[in-house]
Amino acid sequence: MDDDDDVILLDLWVSVFGQRVRIALAEKGVHYENREENPQNKTPLLLEMNPVHKKIPVLIHQGKPVCESNIIVQYIDEAWHQSPSLLPSDPYLRAQARLWADFVDKKVYEAGKKIWRTEGGEQVAKKEELIEVLKVLEGQLGEKPYLVGGSFGLADIALIPFSVWFHAFGKMNIERECPKLAAWVNRCMEREAVSKSLPHPHKIYEFDQKKKKNGQ
Amino acid sequence: MKSVHRKMTDEVKLYGFPGSPFGCRVETALKLKGIKYEFIQEDLSNKSADLLKYNPVHKKIPVLVHNGNPIAESVVIIEYIDDIWKEVPILPQDAYEKAQARFWAKFIDDKCIPAIYNSYGNVEAVAEATEPLQFLENELNVKGKKFFGGDNIGLVDICACYMAFWVGAAEEALGIKIMTKEKFPKLKKWCDSYINCQVVKDSLPPRESLVAYYKWRFGKAE
Repeated sequence: MDDDDDVILLDLWVSVFGQRVRIALAEKGVHYENREENPQNKTPLLLEMNPVHKKIPVLIHQGKPVCESNIIVQYIDEAWHQSPSLLPSDPYLRAQARLWADFVDKKVYEAGKKIWRTEGGEQVAKKEELIEVLKVLEGQLGEKPYLVGGSFGLADIALIPFSVWFHAFGKMNIERECPKLAAWVNRCMEREAVSKSLPHPHKIYEFDQKKKKNGQ
Repeated sequence: MKSVHRKMTDEVKLYGFPGSPFGCRVETALKLKGIKYEFIQEDLSNKSADLLKYNPVHKKIPVLVHNGNPIAESVVIIEYIDDIWKEVPILPQDAYEKAQARFWAKFIDDKCIPAIYNSYGNVEAVAEATEPLQFLENELNVKGKKFFGGDNIGLVDICACYMAFWVGAAEEALGIKIMTKEKFPKLKKWCDSYINCQVVKDSLPPRESLVAYYKWRFGKAE
């Protein structure tokens, strides 16, 4: 199962979804080949491996593709049995992990998108919307070290890449509005798999500025 | 954390609404495994205190409550049911096949259903509604089996109940054609096979009510 040549990740450095997969692979200590895709010029391999969405990330394991980041993370947990487990062993907690990973996709991503695409007064309103979403996550976190159960897992992996964007855009007052979540961010970033897999906020800010300059 | 593992007498409640395809999914899964449950019908315009307690984040049905512990979101519920009740598996055992099943379930929810729903009362959107369906047609073609799950129904079949039943009712109600036999021969054949499964039949709402609902919701005034 640990054949280096057998695992390829089609990725994009800036993608939060790709980062989720990188974190999961790093947590499990799986060696893989990372191939950077250019969204403006997708490789034939990407189009062949993800004909439905034509998007990264795609994990190709022994020639077979797995798509959709939360699905890939679960696949990684099931295909590589070494610790740490990325999902709880208890079925009820497993369900909670999936629910919260799904919540991040539906709410955090959508709220976040609105911020990157707006400016000025409108952006302030969108930031407030995101804070409301983060408060729900703050509630879920409570006094626990991680979002579900006692261990770092699927739900945390789903959310942590977004923290870099919050930092990049500053003035979000996450520490004040959601102190537990802010502490959770620091806790996650202490994990080598996480800090190694996420870009520096400065790079994200530069990337976004460049996009805006190019009218994207 | 309360233990929710199987007890001698499991208490299973399903909060739902009879016309909901998402509730139907869960009922099919429960019936497939022979799990006894109590169905609690919600009035969606006046949600019960229980529903709001069990699903405070989304406040939606279906919600499964197993021995007092709530789970929301139909696909998450089905995976949970499959985890706890091992007889008649709904998801494949193999990690790769499982990932594929999850992929198609998500595709149905993220792409197929919204595109189809969008076309009701919006004729220009019908062509767009058929695009995602082509991928499902291809999948059946490639698999070459009776169901998405192979010889027996699985997660993807259960999630696709919307296409098997709800779409036909909407087509009849609104005089539109989304899933034609010409364009989707395999999918149409699958619909027939799926609807004829006893556990599915037992989970579906009466067709006339659904047709009447679509006429009322999207039809033009006569």
